[in-house]
Amino acid sequence: MILQVQEVHKRFGGLQALTDVNFEIAPGEIMGLIGPNGAGKTTLFNVINGVYPPTKGQVVFREEKITGLPPYEVARRGLARAHQVVRPLNDLTVRENVMVGACFGRERLSLGKAAQKADEALAKVGLADRAGQLAGSLNVAQKKRLELARALAANPYLLLLDEVLAGLTPSEIVGMMDTLRNIRDEGFTILMIEHVMQAIMSISDRIIVLDYGQLIAAGKPGEVAANPLVIEAYLGDPDMTARLMAE
Amino acid sequence: MNAWRQPGFWVSFLLIFLAGVAVLVLRQDTLRETAFTVLMFIALASSLNILMGYTGYVNFGHIVFFGLGGYFGFYLVSEMGWPVYLAALGGGVLSAVIAYIIGCAVLRLRGAYFALATIGVNEAARAFVSNFEPFGGSTGLYVNFAAYDRYGGAAHALWFTFILLWLVTLAVVVTSYLVKRSRFGLGLSAIREDEDTAMVMGVKAPQDKTKAFLISAFFPGLIGTLYFFKNGNVEPDDAFRFQMSLEILVMVMLGGKGLLLGPIAGAFAYERLRGYLIISPMFKDLHLALSGLILLLIVLFVPGGVVGWLRERLPHYRRWLE
Amino acid sequence: MPLNRKNKLLDLAAAKRRGPETRDWQVTQILPSIIDGLLIGFVYGVAAMGLTLIWGVMRVINLGHGATMALGMFCTYFLFSDLAVNPYLGILAVVVLSLLFGFIIYGVALQRVIQAGYLSTLLATFAVNMIIIGVGTALFTTSPRNIDFSAGSITLGPVILQGTRLLAALAAVVITGALYLFLYCTRPGKAIRAVSNNRAAAELMGIPSSYVLALAFGLGTMLAAVAGGLTSTFFPFTILSGATYQLKSFVICVLGGLGNPLGALLGGLFLGGLEGVIPTFMPVSWVPVVEFVLFVLVLVVKPTGLLGAK
Repeated sequence: MILQVQEVHKRFGGLQALTDVNFEIAPGEIMGLIGPNGAGKTTLFNVINGVYPPTKGQVVFREEKITGLPPYEVARRGLARAHQVVRPLNDLTVRENVMVGACFGRERLSLGKAAQKADEALAKVGLADRAGQLAGSLNVAQKKRLELARALAANPYLLLLDEVLAGLTPSEIVGMMDTLRNIRDEGFTILMIEHVMQAIMSISDRIIVLDYGQLIAAGKPGEVAANPLVIEAYLGDPDMTARLMAE
Repeated sequence: MNAWRQPGFWVSFLLIFLAGVAVLVLRQDTLRETAFTVLMFIALASSLNILMGYTGYVNFGHIVFFGLGGYFGFYLVSEMGWPVYLAALGGGVLSAVIAYIIGCAVLRLRGAYFALATIGVNEAARAFVSNFEPFGGSTGLYVNFAAYDRYGGAAHALWFTFILLWLVTLAVVVTSYLVKRSRFGLGLSAIREDEDTAMVMGVKAPQDKTKAFLISAFFPGLIGTLYFFKNGNVEPDDAFRFQMSLEILVMVMLGGKGLLLGPIAGAFAYERLRGYLIISPMFKDLHLALSGLILLLIVLFVPGGVVGWLRERLPHYRRWLE
Repeated sequence: MPLNRKNKLLDLAAAKRRGPETRDWQVTQILPSIIDGLLIGFVYGVAAMGLTLIWGVMRVINLGHGATMALGMFCTYFLFSDLAVNPYLGILAVVVLSLLFGFIIYGVALQRVIQAGYLSTLLATFAVNMIIIGVGTALFTTSPRNIDFSAGSITLGPVILQGTRLLAALAAVVITGALYLFLYCTRPGKAIRAVSNNRAAAELMGIPSSYVLALAFGLGTMLAAVAGGLTSTFFPFTILSGATYQLKSFVICVLGGLGNPLGALLGGLFLGGLEGVIPTFMPVSWVPVVEFVLFVLVLVVKPTGLLGAK
């Protein structure tokens, strides 16, 4: 197993954000994480990559306990993350942004090699012609791609992707989906949060569903979509069942 | 990376190298004194730039390292009879050690909170040294003239000190460039832009910024020793002048923070301007107000500093204006 | 640097007035110096409220704070010495003038960079500080002035209360009350609190934030100037005197929690009391050591202040 999340609880003051979350990811697997807004998905990511320590429970990454390690230690062990809210390093060029990922990620490349790696990653996400530009000058779709390139350049064992499709236009989503499929085909292991159901249902091997901080379902995309608990969790959105079933 | 082939580095390095050579060839005492002040501010501003420009932590107490290192180095020269270059090294090491200790605590603060804490550190250090009897309390220390004899009298000692300062300034420029062009430097830039993201990407922010603080603090300790040795005395109000911290900060901003040439150009321009305003009969009472006005105009309209502005205007010469 | 030396002399003069340097622990010695310190602490508190208000609302550390205090001192001084205006009436004029002055400074120096991050605003306010001090030095020189005004004194057992300090403390309480009434009971005041809480959300609710920011800066400037005016009635001063008080204001703001006006007043009392107590058992020159070490410790250990909620 590449990642094991064991009995993870997270509490912020009076708010129980995560309750007894358990799951595992096998190498090469694409795992989708869905759930209504506020279900605790991003919090779960933050616990996995060390932004917050869990209140209780363990995170095991490649047979090593990483619970409570600071995020940079987690990153160096081969776990990279693309944020939901894009956070480019504005005053650095696009290439330098990606080089940070390569220099301080799993492989800890030297500057020269990192520049090469950065160019490869930028080519993969279709930003090669923007390499010399300041990251702050990119548009939203390009910043999303930059997030992805930075995570890829670290050459991680596990990629955490947090809503890389959010905020994109339908045509941009199509382009990004192609990119994601290519990344999957290269053999990366991915845990991804996504709200665009069609996309996540089509790309994931397995799906887990979080609601009010608890895992309410897990399984193949088709099974999860038919699960009454999941349908209930999404009941605020009457079209959801249809959308879940669509794929 | 072929770091040594960058013209931007050689522009900065040769400017300072040739300025020093010129002073040594001309051998005028007044020119040496002027050059000493300018070089000192260049070195102080460039060392501040490592923390402020590269890492994004604004230090209002940079002068604390100048003061503490300078006091300690001066004590080693004057009371312990060390040769001045070793004493200066001692001052630098003490500053770096103190920076490490302070940094472990204070660098956990971000943004304006860090800036405030550095003000507190500066004032605490000044107040402490004013009460610290081995360092002469509020009257400070006077040089033991025997210390000058080692170099063939005061006149020779002054030239020798100038040469040391010149070498230190060159060392600051080289260090500053190496940091900027290294993986470490890339990590510092990432911290400057967004510390949390940098950590998620694997940058060891707490360790790296402490290292940057330590490097940034080492040089002021050296420079302080040389400066007070040259002056022949050291006292708390000279060593921990809050105003001087701010002036160094203005120099970095004036030239362009985060650039190698920025603090050099900024320190030179500010020092010369001040020199001119102080002797000009029309402005001599208003020089502070005019400096303030210039700073305000820069902050409002040229936030990248003079060198940063030129880089934007002249993209073809960017390689020369590192 | 003449500034620091002069301030040290002022500190020493103040210390002498507070009570003899002695290791005598008798209550008769300590009580008057504590009370004296507390009275001065009210004025410190008003100054710090100005700084903390500007921080809370604008996220700006106003490095022109001390210079503004010095302007308040000079304003009170000239009204008294040239126009024979009672210093406490003069404060009213200081209120109006400094409010206007604050608006102007905001418009000229801050409005353009208010979104640009704390370094720009720090440097902009520092530039204002340099301009005020520079022009002030040229106009007023740096020889000390003092307002020769006595409001008598009251004797309570071993304690002699000087009238000027009592009046200043009273004025400080009135000002704090007025500030709280303004912040909690008027529309502009509520707008200030809203912007202080969350600028983006307040803008979405239709609160014009640049108007509110200007108002906050004006109020902060006013508080600083008024505190300066009150101080001028009991210590001699120069255009450079503000620097010491500015540093004290930093300490106080941090003790009381940055952005918390009531915390600033309590912090002021605490610092004033501390300054009254310390000289009774160690040399007065150690006061700043204690103050600034405390300052750094509080910042590092509990940056929300000793009174900070979260």
